[in-house]
Parts: sequence; C-alpha cells; structure tokens
Amino acid sequence: MALRFEVLGRFNRARAAQLTLPHFVCQTPLFMPVGTQGTIKGLTNDQLEEIGCQIILGNTYHLALRPTSELLDELGGLHSFMKWPRALLTDSGGFQMVSLLHLADITEKGVTFQSPIDGKPMLLTPEESIQIQNRVGADIIMALDDVVKTTITGPRIEEAMYRTLRWIDRCVAAHKRPNEQNLFGIVQGGLDPVLRDICVRGLVERNLPGYAIGGLSGGEDKDSFWRVVAQCTAALPEDKPRYVMGVGYPLDIVVCSALGADMYDCVYPTRTARFGTALVPEGVLKLKHQAMADDTRPIDPSCSCMVCKNFSRAYIHCLVTKDAMGSQLLSYHNLYYMMKVHTSIFVDFQGPTNA
Amino acid sequence: MKFSVKAWSSGKARTGVLHLGSFEMETPSLLLSTRKGLPHFISPDLLPSLPSPDSRLLQFSPLHFLDGLSPKTISKIGGLHQMLGLHEYGFVAVARDSIQCLPSHDGTNRVGPSFETPCGRHLIKPIEYMEMISSMRPNIWATLADEVPAWVSEKRNTSSVDRTVKWLDECIALRPIGGEVFGAIVGGSNEELRQHCAREVARRNVSGYWIGGFGLGESMDERPALLNAVCDNLPEEKPRLICGLDLLEEVLQGVAAGIDLFDSTYINHITLGGFALTFPLDGIEAKVSNFQPSDVGSDRIKINLRATVYRKDTTPIVEGCSCYTCRNHTKAYINHLLNVHEMLAQTLLELHNTHHYLGFFRLIRESIKEGKFERFRQRFIADRHDDLAVSAANA
Repeated sequence: MALRFEVLGRFNRARAAQLTLPHFVCQTPLFMPVGTQGTIKGLTNDQLEEIGCQIILGNTYHLALRPTSELLDELGGLHSFMKWPRALLTDSGGFQMVSLLHLADITEKGVTFQSPIDGKPMLLTPEESIQIQNRVGADIIMALDDVVKTTITGPRIEEAMYRTLRWIDRCVAAHKRPNEQNLFGIVQGGLDPVLRDICVRGLVERNLPGYAIGGLSGGEDKDSFWRVVAQCTAALPEDKPRYVMGVGYPLDIVVCSALGADMYDCVYPTRTARFGTALVPEGVLKLKHQAMADDTRPIDPSCSCMVCKNFSRAYIHCLVTKDAMGSQLLSYHNLYYMMKVHTSIFVDFQGPTNA
Repeated sequence: MKFSVKAWSSGKARTGVLHLGSFEMETPSLLLSTRKGLPHFISPDLLPSLPSPDSRLLQFSPLHFLDGLSPKTISKIGGLHQMLGLHEYGFVAVARDSIQCLPSHDGTNRVGPSFETPCGRHLIKPIEYMEMISSMRPNIWATLADEVPAWVSEKRNTSSVDRTVKWLDECIALRPIGGEVFGAIVGGSNEELRQHCAREVARRNVSGYWIGGFGLGESMDERPALLNAVCDNLPEEKPRLICGLDLLEEVLQGVAAGIDLFDSTYINHITLGGFALTFPLDGIEAKVSNFQPSDVGSDRIKINLRATVYRKDTTPIVEGCSCYTCRNHTKAYINHLLNVHEMLAQTLLELHNTHHYLGFFRLIRESIKEGKFERFRQRFIADRHDDLAVSAANA
C-alpha cells in the first residue's frame, strides 16, 4: 500500500478527503484528465498545474506502443519522461484493446489481439499488464479486468465477473512495486446487483489500496448507471478511495460524488473541446455555430480562467476547428471548468452548509 | 510611434530604438508571425516566458479574419489589442503573411492585390482593406502591394510598381483611426524599378517602409543589389520592415543593407518540420559537439527531433538555454510527441525556436554596437558554407 486516504468532511454519503500518493497529496473528489500518450492535448505542465489537475491518466496500451514501457523504465518512468511533478494513474490496457482493435478476444489467459504494428497475434495477460505498468511507474495502476458492455445480456456477464476476480489474484502476484504503486481492483458484473455484490465482496477480501467501479458509461440508461454506482459505493470500504471509470459529464460526477465516489476520468472535456464545444454552467456552448460569430461575451462570464478573462465567443468561434490554438484554448477552459466542479464540491464540505 | 537610429557598423547596418505605445524595443528585431493575432501554438499565457521586449511585436494579416470575424464585430469588441487581451504588445498588419495568405500575382488586377487564403482566392480592394485596418487598430500597418515573383516580364513588374504606389495613395486617403502607416515598396528583380518605387514612396507622408516582393524567387546573389537599390533611396531616420527573408544568412543580408524589422516565417517552417534551432549563441556551444552531416536534415543550425537518435536523449535541446522548453523538457520527450502527432510538440518547439531566433537578433545588435557586424556576418556565412560542403561531399 502506497497511499493514505483520510476523510475530512461528510454530507450523507458524500465525502471530501485527502488522498496522499507517492508523488502528490490530492483532494477528493477529483477529476483526472486523460493524457493518453503522455500529454494532455496541447497543454503544458504549467498550465495543467494552474488549472488544478492533480492526477493525470495515461493509457497503457498507447504508451506500450510508443515510446514503449521499456524505454520509459530506462529513462526513469513516465513522471520523469513527462516531467510531471504530480500524480499519475495508468489503466490496464485491456479496455483500449477491446475497443480499438479488430479481432480482440478475451480468454482465460488474457486478451488476445492482433498487433497493430505487424498483425502478429499477441496476448496481454494480467501479468504482462502489471509488468508494463510497473515499468511506467504511475502512482496508481489498474488491474486487468474482463470488461463487458452493460448493453450485453446473458451468461457472458457472469463469466466476466468471475474471471475478473481470478485475474486480480494474478495481478497482485505479478505486482513488483507495491510500496510505490497502488494496485486498484475493478468491480464488474454488468447491471446485475447480485453479480456486482459478489464482485465487490471478492475484491474487498483482497484488501486492495483502492477500488474502481468499471463497466459503466458504455450506453446504459442513467437510472441503471446510478443504481450500480449507489450499490457499489454502499458496499465498498469507507476508508479507501472509490474510482468510477469513464465518468464523465459534470452532472454525472456531482451525482456520483453524492453517492460516495471520489475519483473520475473521462476524455469528454478535452475531446469535446476539439470539436469546438465549451462546457458552461448551463450545459454546453457550441462555438462553431454561426450565432457565435458576433457574440462578444466571454464563453462563461462567471469563469475566471484566462480564456474567459481575455477572449470573446466571437474570437474563439473564428479559431475553432480551423486553428490549433482554438482547441488549445477550449481544452484549457473545459478542464478549468471540470476542476472547478470538484473544488466547489470539496470546499462546500469544509463549511457548515453543504453542496 | 517613435524611431531613432542609434549606432552604425560596416556602412549601412544600424541599430535603433522603436518606441511603440507601451514599450520600447531595439532594432534590428523580429516580428513574430501569428495566425489571427496569436502565435500558431504558443498560447497567450505562455508568451511572457519569451524574452521581452524582443517578443512584443506581432505580425498578422487582416485577411486571416475573412473566414469568420467581421470588421463590425471586431470594432464592437474594440480592436485587436482588446480582442486578444494583449495590450502590452505591438501589432503590425501586413496583408501577406507568407504562410497562408500568399500573393497571387495572376489574380491581381488594377483594382487590388489578390491572395491565396484558406478561404480561397480573395482580391482585396483598398477600401475593404482600410475598413479592416480601422476596425482592428494595429499599431503599424503596411499599405497594399502588388508583389510579383522574380521571373515576370518587365512590363508586369512595371505595372506592379505603378499599382502599388497608386494603392498607397488610396489607402492613405482613406484615413484610418490611428496606426502608423508603412508605405509598401516593390519592384521585383529589377534594380531600376526598385529604385524608382523607393523614391516615389519616400516622397509620401509615411512613418516607415514595408519592403515587399522578396522571398519570391530571387536568388541570394542578386538580392544585395536590390536591397541597396531600395534602402539607399529611403530616408535614414525612418524604420524599414521587410518580408520574405527567413534564413539566418538572408536576415544578415537585410541587416547589411539597412533593414530594421524582419517579418519572417522561419520559426513556423522549422517548427512544423520538427526542427529545433541549436546554433551557438554567444559562446554557448551547442551539444552538436561531434557535428556529423546527417540525412535527416540536421546541421550546425538545427536538429531534426524526429530522428531516432533522440529517442532516449534526456538532455534539453540546448544546454543552458533559458526557454520554457529547455528548462522543463528533454529531446526524448519531444521526439515522442512528434512520433505520436501530439500538438504539444509544436508548442514546445515554437517556444524554443522563437527564443533562439530572438537570441540571434540580439547577437546582431550587439555586433553592430561593437562595430563588428561585417565580421560577425562573414563568420556565419563561412560556417554555413563548411556545413554544406561537408554534406555535399558525403551525399
């Protein structure tokens, strides 16, 4: 175990906490932007720190391809490579493989797939995933799980849940750096409360540093989504962080925090920025629309980020989808907005009145 | 705007001080190339990390805004400084930006010059141009020019001079609100026409001169005579801005002829190519210690960071360089970013390359102040010839 988790304030099931990781002391609830290939699209470390990013997520699949985990290990790990002074989290690589590759298949051994470089058959086992993540060196690493979409029904879900439990043992056994990197288990089980319960209890028995709720944000309806999150947070230990993977929209984050979750990741704010969409209190603002061409207001008059303080919607409109600077500025604003959603939740807990 | 010449070296090379709005800067100096007023990759909060006031002059083309921002809206916002939140910077408006707004000499006619832009070919008349200038309120603006490549007929070249002078008068007559006007001078590769145009423009009431029509096919050998034909016929006390001289040796040619300001796209081109400038500045030896001619374009001036030799290189681009990139990142990381096509590569490269290129201009100014400009220039040219000879021998 290489972390400390202290709850500092509560409101019903929601909690504000301090998560001490090897590279950084974080405040939860927190949102982790996705820096897929060792960078958040177009933003520098200084800008990310200014925005308030505490942990960045790196995708193991992409990093293993380029620049390779061996190179990262040789150069002192991903922190040193990126010169990122705060915390990092890597995923297991499994999800990307299943979603990005044709002919990816899951067996008891691991995830078999065709190498995207030369088409050779390859296999990502739980052991291999952990070894790669050990070389990358992130503060938090994720177990390789058997993830199925929530829109699937039938025995596949049960098979995936039990396999996830068998794989966590293999991951734990393969983990060579438990004093520097925290291995989180991932709760699977689809939308079935019985399966989810078995999985939670199985993972809790393994006494891991933290737990993730996986297999969601894949197209299920909102009611099902919240029910699963609520069930899992009720059953997971109070004194350990809970990470809902792939979430998401600001509203989803607020609701999940109310239900007792602490950590989130999603490509949404940065991806939607590249399509010219800004996140605002009222929802979204599509800067591409012709109506923006002579709107001289800032993107969000209540936002104090450097984009909203200096630029008008009209100017951003003429940049988006045409010039790299447009997506840089919107990514900056969108991440700033996401961070504010969190700090406002955190701050509200410190005082007598609550969110 | 105020400009005064301070020192001379080797004949016509001179340093000066340009006082513009809220700041003062020494010349010869560089205009940073922008797209719609902002650097291509360096966001405004990172601009202050560049040397100041060297980095305060920004060039833009009013034609950049053809694709989505009307002069009316820009006026409503209050002009470019307000629109970009860059009140401490100087903006110079020039129709040609040498990257995406390129003079299209066969589309041009009597009425106005034509440009190839991302929105297609556009012919801009003085009245339309001046409406843009009035709404944008740059500190300095150049009048419209008919720039022709070096190989056109004398007849075409002559008409380009006549039109350019005519448009100068038309632009000035449409008095914009504020902003200093720089008269445009053309004349292609014909010394007499260059001289004639310079004399005509010198008779007009302008604050400085924008020298166009270079970087359009003329050879480096014929350029000094053309530059002299222009500069020798301009009053000494007004600033001269030139477009189209990018390479280090070309800038030195310009300085030797008496040019004060350079509108160059060199940084943009090398940044997009994945190159980083590494030539020694001020005795700081670049870590290209064992210089080897390479087949990836690296030489004594720059390195190609896409090359696999940098995959594990954890040193900064230039040891001792104080730019954001060299203080914070390694060649290995930038090599990775280039390989995975991440935008941060261009941001980091533009930061370093701008910093380094501005350092070159600082060296030029120092050599002029010490009266050693010609020696400085010869040394640069000699080094460059050595590199090219070695590369050619190994090819």
